[in-house]
Amino acid sequence: MSGRFGKFGGQYVPETVMNALIELEKEFEKAKQDEKFMEEYRYYLREYSGRPIPLYYAENLTKRLGGAKIYLKREDLNHTGAHKINNVLGQILLAKRMNKKRVIAETGAGQHGVATATAAAMFGMECEIFMGEEDIKRQALNVFRMKLLGAKVTAVKSGTKTLKDAVNEAIRDWVTNIDTTFYVIGSVVGPHPYPTMVRDFQRIIGDEAKEQILQKEGRLPDYIVACVGGGSNAMGIFYPFLEDKEVKLIGVEAAGEGIETGKHASAMAKGSVGVLHGMMTYLLQDEEGRILPVYSISAGLDYPGVGPEHAYLKEIGRAEYVYATDEEALAAFMDLSQTEGIIPALESAHALAYAMKLARKLDKDKIIVVNLSGRGDKDVNTVAKVMGVEL
Amino acid sequence: MNRIDKKFEELRKQGKKALITFITAGDPDIETTYDIVLALEEAGADIIELGIPYSDPLADGPTIQASSQRALRNGVKIPDIMKLVGKIRIKSDIPLVYLVYYNSMFKYGIQKFLEESKKSGVDGLIIPDLPLEERKDILEEADKYGIHLIPLVAPTSKERIKAITENGKGFVYCVTLTGVTGARENIETDLEEYMNTVSSYTNMPKALGFGISTPEMAKKLKDLSDGIIVGSALVERIAKGYNKSEMLQEVKNFVSSLKEVL
Repeated sequence: MSGRFGKFGGQYVPETVMNALIELEKEFEKAKQDEKFMEEYRYYLREYSGRPIPLYYAENLTKRLGGAKIYLKREDLNHTGAHKINNVLGQILLAKRMNKKRVIAETGAGQHGVATATAAAMFGMECEIFMGEEDIKRQALNVFRMKLLGAKVTAVKSGTKTLKDAVNEAIRDWVTNIDTTFYVIGSVVGPHPYPTMVRDFQRIIGDEAKEQILQKEGRLPDYIVACVGGGSNAMGIFYPFLEDKEVKLIGVEAAGEGIETGKHASAMAKGSVGVLHGMMTYLLQDEEGRILPVYSISAGLDYPGVGPEHAYLKEIGRAEYVYATDEEALAAFMDLSQTEGIIPALESAHALAYAMKLARKLDKDKIIVVNLSGRGDKDVNTVAKVMGVEL
Repeated sequence: MNRIDKKFEELRKQGKKALITFITAGDPDIETTYDIVLALEEAGADIIELGIPYSDPLADGPTIQASSQRALRNGVKIPDIMKLVGKIRIKSDIPLVYLVYYNSMFKYGIQKFLEESKKSGVDGLIIPDLPLEERKDILEEADKYGIHLIPLVAPTSKERIKAITENGKGFVYCVTLTGVTGARENIETDLEEYMNTVSSYTNMPKALGFGISTPEMAKKLKDLSDGIIVGSALVERIAKGYNKSEMLQEVKNFVSSLKEVL
């Protein structure tokens, strides 16, 4: 049982891709030990994406809430506007190392699609992005960005026409073009080795945050809060702190219109164990294992499952998983924009919403680090619509 | 003796190849599925695969995805399909195999699923998203119930074929191409070399499936294997929107034309 986190994870995929997964795992293990490869990865993180990225003390917000100190890990300052590029650069370099000329990816909100199209443009690779027809309507700006970058955007019309179906379609394409194509998965999901590989390419977030907080405060934070859809930004910031038991790790899922309404995406709170996209994990599903439609105002959290390592961290009690509603996320979105002059992604606003609630209840000597996983430019249309503002 | 083994034994003696047909249970509805199964048998199908409709069938192309969606919209549940099999068994002894995605079985309860399958008269299982690495427990459990877990190999499997077929039962499902299910006009894989590789690892009966859509293709491929699997091309005919008796006639004509060349 390789590639498991406790009982979670695994490789529930058609036989056709098994040899490719085995080869990918081998190459990834070799690449990780290869100083030249890792140096190239760090080079692009530094010179292309602008890392290291600040850990910003949100003083205005902290003072207004009157409780714990809030620090923001500013992943929104990455090239392309979110943490997604960290993982994409790693996987594209791996694709190059494996002589693959074509990359494919799924995308929900479009952030991972944009990041993949960006890196593919730079490395001169053919790129095709699978995106649900519904999401294409909701995220027209990102669709246009991907096209500008030279990627082909394919509308997925099957199932619920959202992120989950985009993953299905990407897997179907991969099965078909297995010899020529590298599948760049955007989160800590999918069959082994993807959850591990994506985490390792995202742990830079936590590695930097640890060094920065020690420099600024001389100690580790009391809490780390991050939003969880598939969970790559959360896994990236949690992972380097797993052994630091005094640091509480909190993942925030999307509660949509409310956890009791059925219109949400909280796989941890309301889901049960099952298998989707090659992994065993918590899923929103019916009694016969059919995947249920999910909902969140944020397209990036609109996923019926969660990465298997998160499922494991929940089971062993190392991390806690909570949720925030659309309404709470929107309030946090406004708050951060107006107190700090930072417009957060709606995904990140979920983490922020919970962190703000938490900060109020804590003493001033406590420290919370919030992973601000992306910037909110892509969301202004959605927010304007909610506010009844015509742009 | 399992009905699948008996069937292959029988066909071998007659010097014939097996015609294995796939349909989705509950498309267009459960009652019609019953009629289709009997029509398939009458027209010469040797083994029938019944697809358990699933929300995320990632090994399937558009035709079977749409078929699955239609069945789900009809509200078809696993107990309905078990009952259907029981009803078929009153009339027919044709080998029946479930095509089921792993999560359907897992969430339903593996023991419960196997027990009910056995009781209603299912002979085998094809689980397209359960590779060698994950199948051990299911294989042992299915064995206890005398249900065959049909092993799948693909053109990319290479040396894995040995381990995949080692504890296999029934027949080896040889996927003809790298891709998903769906009718094709031709298949580009070097099937002769591929089937030679499979034969070098196992003596089990071998059936070719994915993409086979016409009697001409079936005729061309039959010498490479012990059976031919046809799914999407049949599902397309069921979905064409004829009235029921026309549809059943169309299905019978198509299946007879396939059986004739085998």
